[in-house]
Amino acid sequence: MIVARVLDGGLFTTVQDLGRVGCMRYGVPPSGAMDRAACLAANALAGNAPDAAVLELTLVGPRLEFTAPATIALAGANLGAHLDDEPFGCWRAATVRAGQTLWFAGPEDGARACLAVHGGIDVPIVLGSRSTYTRARLGGLDGRPLAAGDRLEIAGDVPRILADARQLDPAECPVYGHAHDIRVIPGPQDDRFTPAGMATFLSSTYTVGAGADRMGYRLAGPRIELADGADIVSDGSPAGGVQVTGDGQPIVLMADRGTAGGYVKIATVITVDIGRLAQAVPGDTVRFRAVTIAEARTALREHAAWLERIGSTVTGTAGATAAARRRRAAAAAAAAVARILAGR
Amino acid sequence: MTAPRILLAGDAALVVEFGDRVDPALNREVRALWRAAERAAIPGVLDLVPTYRSLLVSYDPLTTDPDELRERLLEIDAEKGSLDPAASRLVRVPTAYGGEFGPDLPFVARHNGLTEAEVIEIHSGTDYLVYMLGFSPGFPYLGGMSPRIATPRLTTPRLAIPAGSVGIAQQQTGIYPVESPGGWQLIGRTPLRLFDSGRQPPALLEAGDSVRFVPISPEEYFEIERGVRSGLEALAEGDGGAA
Repeated sequence: MIVARVLDGGLFTTVQDLGRVGCMRYGVPPSGAMDRAACLAANALAGNAPDAAVLELTLVGPRLEFTAPATIALAGANLGAHLDDEPFGCWRAATVRAGQTLWFAGPEDGARACLAVHGGIDVPIVLGSRSTYTRARLGGLDGRPLAAGDRLEIAGDVPRILADARQLDPAECPVYGHAHDIRVIPGPQDDRFTPAGMATFLSSTYTVGAGADRMGYRLAGPRIELADGADIVSDGSPAGGVQVTGDGQPIVLMADRGTAGGYVKIATVITVDIGRLAQAVPGDTVRFRAVTIAEARTALREHAAWLERIGSTVTGTAGATAAARRRRAAAAAAAAVARILAGR
Repeated sequence: MTAPRILLAGDAALVVEFGDRVDPALNREVRALWRAAERAAIPGVLDLVPTYRSLLVSYDPLTTDPDELRERLLEIDAEKGSLDPAASRLVRVPTAYGGEFGPDLPFVARHNGLTEAEVIEIHSGTDYLVYMLGFSPGFPYLGGMSPRIATPRLTTPRLAIPAGSVGIAQQQTGIYPVESPGGWQLIGRTPLRLFDSGRQPPALLEAGDSVRFVPISPEEYFEIERGVRSGLEALAEGDGGAA
């Protein structure tokens, strides 16, 4: 059913989920939310499955008029959300009434927010995902960003409301700022750089360029010295790969990256920090720091635990109640098994 | 062939690298590992992307240890054997050359001191290897074009090139899967759909296929195009899956 009318599409608002898996061999990038943590958190707050489709808002959010009651949640960047005349905080869910308008005053912290609607945004699944890939007009709403006159739908034909409004403990909400410390693992082509080139890359401050988008983050700063030119015979593009072009400038490959590329890659941003980089706005600064696989895994586990907490410790949630019920049931089952085995 | 190099590509992917050149034998090694790794269905592996010279292996970093995955890939590589040449597909790509379908055919002919008929004969007289897909959905990187028809790109790219256009850029030939801007010299067009997100698999071609361009008349072009369109309509109505 239709839950909202789009009065203004905003700068670049697209439907995204966790992206396409297994399609890079066809030349189709994964797409999906640039900040996966924000997508997962918005869905958790809205009582959705992790892979439900959300709206990804970029800097200037859309203007949406709700045509039915709905439970919505925002996570990620603070783009100055308002519901009618009231500020609508980030990292929280709320139930809106038909006739209310959600609008955005302008970016305050970060670049991308995810807006989840309880029930999930309903658009056709294309190649296993609802994510929009605008360059090939795939997925989402006809493969394009939202525009005035569009309608947002959720599955089913009755309004879906979540009983309790969930909110993340403000102490748990990330603050993005304008200086980003981004962790990388050197390679796959780190041997194509001089030691001085690698040292430049890891010790300099780079500035996010105006063209930073879903395909890649182009950065400007001290020239990274190449040992033997920037060109290689094309190989696969990993998420977060840091290409260096002939002029010695880095480009970080993001969700809508070309599936293969012919520039050398000095390093690759670790999984946890790709979403943090996606919150950088043009003019922000980035410093790269090399870490080991073990450090990357530790960071990922901490991050996963944080996401888990969002799913379970948000205030008074149906999801947490269900989780608690499942935990109690599991404990009861384990106790029953232990009791029976104790007698043998 | 010596064992490939396995390189870290962050904490969620490995690159299995066989070399750094465009070479059918090297590409065959990549594809042999791709097939073998697919058959092995390694738990935690999310995607395998074959390219000219390497295989990108993406994995779930929460469940998969890259050191163990590296060992497993080396094992699979050592046992992969060689690809069965008989198993590779030959895909015939009907192509209307010249005229409205290939407005740059006269230029390509002039540039190389050939007649238009000779360009068509040379272009359609060779089988091309699909080294990999990439650049855009369904776009095949083809190898094997005769240097006798090599032609530089247009100085000013076109804003919209119809899907199916067959072009030449320097030593390469290719097919535009979807309408897009581009600077290739257009010599013909195929009515086949190289990419269709509603089809399984969505790409007409895959790495390792051989492609042969088959010259057709404009009448045949439109006949095939009608057939392709009604097939797609049938698919959209939901009864084309088995056809």
